[in-house]
Amino acid sequence: MSDTNQAPKSADATREDAALLPPVDVLEDAAGITLYADLPGVPKDRLSLHVEADVLTIDGEVVLEAPEGMELTHTEVGLPRYRRQFTLSKELDAGKVKASFEHGVLTLRIPKAEHAQPRRIEVQVL
Amino acid sequence: MYYRSMFPRDLLAELERLQREVPQTVEPGPSIRGQKRGYPALNVGGTPNAVEIYAFAPGLDPATLDVQLEKGILTIAGERKAPDVSEQATVHIGERFAGRFRRVVSLPDDIDPNSIVAKYRNGVLHVSVQRREETQPRRISIQ
Repeated sequence: MSDTNQAPKSADATREDAALLPPVDVLEDAAGITLYADLPGVPKDRLSLHVEADVLTIDGEVVLEAPEGMELTHTEVGLPRYRRQFTLSKELDAGKVKASFEHGVLTLRIPKAEHAQPRRIEVQVL
Repeated sequence: MYYRSMFPRDLLAELERLQREVPQTVEPGPSIRGQKRGYPALNVGGTPNAVEIYAFAPGLDPATLDVQLEKGILTIAGERKAPDVSEQATVHIGERFAGRFRRVVSLPDDIDPNSIVAKYRNGVLHVSVQRREETQPRRISIQ
């Protein structure tokens, strides 16, 4: 699993596609990979996850409740969008990804395909 | 054992990531507390009637969030737990903040400390502080 944040194709695309890179934790154990991503301000219905070929894309749109005519005076989160892509390796089973999303934290569990699960091999003493 | 994978990531991907991150990181003036990207990230805005503070604090139990207003200083404090890592797990990427945090915002003089509302939604704490009525702009009619 690795980052593949492809460079935008043109200047126009850059502006339209500009997004923040959400911080993630990626943990791997024998049965699969767990990914946590911080996506604060994204409602459940504005979060999109998809796997195409072997690329997993996380895309979220920030929706904040703001009174009319509000002017921002200090900004640390300057774009209303998060995006990040990962390349999944072959032994991961992209069809069995489980996702949950609570308080702005996305948790993804990507199991390893059965044939890639570790097996203990008995050593025979002759 | 809890350990980080020691192999570097793809250099080109890292360069591309840097390219994306740098413009966001080198915005004006470093903070006296060192890192510019504190947790939680804050956006502050205002209208003639109120001051709005947004703290991007995902993954917290709202009950453990401590929001205080004292003498015009708003303090947001709490703790975020690191995810459970089993003994056999490998940490490939560990970028998310974990630990205790505290952020402080000095509010303008004209706020009303008695009308403050704090909401936690989708991982964002939104604190809205009304300004005192007598200081709000008003049109003076000419007789």
